[in-house]
Amino acid sequence: MDFGLTEEQKMVQDMARNFAEKEIAPYVEEDEENHFYRREILTKMGDLGLLGWSIPEEYGGNGMGWMEAVPALYEIAKVHTSWRLSISGNCWGPAMTINEWGTDEQKEKFIPPLVSGEAVGSFAITEANSGSDVGSMKTFAADKGDHWLLNGSKMWISGGHTSDIGLLYAVTTEGGGAKGLSCFIIDYNNTPGIERIPITKKVGMWPAPTSELVFENAVVPKENLLGPVNKGFQICMWMLNNTRMGCATGSAALAAACLEGSIKYANERTQFGQPIGKFQMIQQQLAEMKLEDDAAKFLVYRAAWLKENKLPSQQATSMAKVFGCNAAVHGANMAMKIHGSYGYSTEYPCGRWLRDAKQFETLEGTSNIHMGIIAGIELGYQPNR
Amino acid sequence: MNIVVTVKQTFDTEAKIVLDGKGSIDGSGVNLVINPYDEFAIEEALKLKEKFGGDVTVVSVGGERVTEAIRTALAMGCDKAVRIDDPALANADEWAVAEILAKAVSKLPCDIILSGRIAVDDGSSQVAVRLADALGVPSVSSILKLDIEGDAATVTREIDGGTELIEVKLPAVFTAQKGLNEPRLPSMKGIMGAKKKEIAVLSLADVGVGAGDVTAKMGVPKFSLPSPRKGGKVIPGEAPDAARELAKLLREEAKVI
Repeated sequence: MDFGLTEEQKMVQDMARNFAEKEIAPYVEEDEENHFYRREILTKMGDLGLLGWSIPEEYGGNGMGWMEAVPALYEIAKVHTSWRLSISGNCWGPAMTINEWGTDEQKEKFIPPLVSGEAVGSFAITEANSGSDVGSMKTFAADKGDHWLLNGSKMWISGGHTSDIGLLYAVTTEGGGAKGLSCFIIDYNNTPGIERIPITKKVGMWPAPTSELVFENAVVPKENLLGPVNKGFQICMWMLNNTRMGCATGSAALAAACLEGSIKYANERTQFGQPIGKFQMIQQQLAEMKLEDDAAKFLVYRAAWLKENKLPSQQATSMAKVFGCNAAVHGANMAMKIHGSYGYSTEYPCGRWLRDAKQFETLEGTSNIHMGIIAGIELGYQPNR
Repeated sequence: MNIVVTVKQTFDTEAKIVLDGKGSIDGSGVNLVINPYDEFAIEEALKLKEKFGGDVTVVSVGGERVTEAIRTALAMGCDKAVRIDDPALANADEWAVAEILAKAVSKLPCDIILSGRIAVDDGSSQVAVRLADALGVPSVSSILKLDIEGDAATVTREIDGGTELIEVKLPAVFTAQKGLNEPRLPSMKGIMGAKKKEIAVLSLADVGVGAGDVTAKMGVPKFSLPSPRKGGKVIPGEAPDAARELAKLLREEAKVI
């Protein structure tokens, strides 16, 4: 068992850290305050190859896989959690799913712009009345012979209104539940009948756009069906098993950011004539954070390793995701306590950490759903895919 | 246009320096990086290569760990590398390193030699200039702008309170100052490509230097850390008296007025 990174993985990690410090860190406060999505950061990520993991080089992939992607995403998320979404939004979501399920024409047309950062990607599953119960979605795609006609709406879609290319899951067999869903590739710039409404009232993740999408007789070309008809649920679960790594890695990184910030503060802040790090109760808090931070990281790396080796990874991914989000929420909570009144001030990042941490408990499978997956696989009720 | 960039691996600028009992620097567990000024040199070399074609060769002196820095330079876009590694180099001084580099560089086709103006660890600013001397070519230090036309370079360099414009014939050595350019990050493609690029590892014998020819002329018996900052002093009493006392201390103790 080797706990070290290879020379190449270390280079990727260093590069991502330098990228995040140079291209993301200077804008964190400004973009948080203005809820501003700085599009050019995505372009720069694409230029450097940060959006091309596990994608064949013929479609612009960077020739690297999970064991390189995880340290890269980790470094980016540690600086600004909102920007970790782009790797899922462009690469692990649409690009990787099209690469797995798409035709050669679909791969050639849609993967290169997602990987280069020329296009913003997204994927849309959730609806106002359909969250954890994916099979209950109502957005309907009617087969009109030479095209699909889409009607319905999607809710809480990351990058929904900034997206150029996105995956969309919709009902193709009414009453079929999970077995009646299909996946479509949407070219948002060339599809009339779609209204995209930014959701501005969010607790956190302010620079990462979130949207409501309304489809009213939106015409989708026949050739934009991804995979077989009615296989949408299977494709969706396959995709989520990848994109959830974004949550798992991002939350572990957020926990690490909280710890780093708290260690720095505990060494600087003096009370009763000594640095507050000397007090056992602060040490207890920091030790808990460190334990959870490392455990979260190890779970993420194990899930990445399983994926890289094409072994069943669903349970490990759920474990990494649910543990990571607990570590992030707990870490952010502790960081705010350790920072005292300064933690409650927006001059310090503790508020952002706490706001951003809370999203992990909900998106891409609530913690309850993931606990269900972990237990279900353990009990033998469902296979570990 | 063929370019050589001499690179030194240094401590990360954020690394905490720890001394052992003998006053030597304890480098274990410290993150190492390319000397930040050498990154400007690499970037400038890559820009020249993009404009004029040719090869960029990275040359560095040091042990196995230096490969990390070289690999990063190759990932940024340099074409090949030479690492000179020899047990006899354990205590090499600037003179010895420059002599060895000169021997190695003289075997490479090269119109321009670039380096950082200073290494952030020992800060001696000697090696590149000594290298120019050993090669018998001109050197311009702390450059902010480099224009090449034919076999001539027009260089802007930083001087105290202003800049100086210099014209010089190639081949020549230039040392890079902050502001010359903005070094690129290695791309994933560059990182993937770097492992396929050649790093020649040469001993002193390979470059044609006898171990006895480069015995250091200078030794560093010990390092010491700056003394820790003392706490501030509070002057009690009424304002007029305290001000008088403050003025007295500033003049007599701190000697600043």
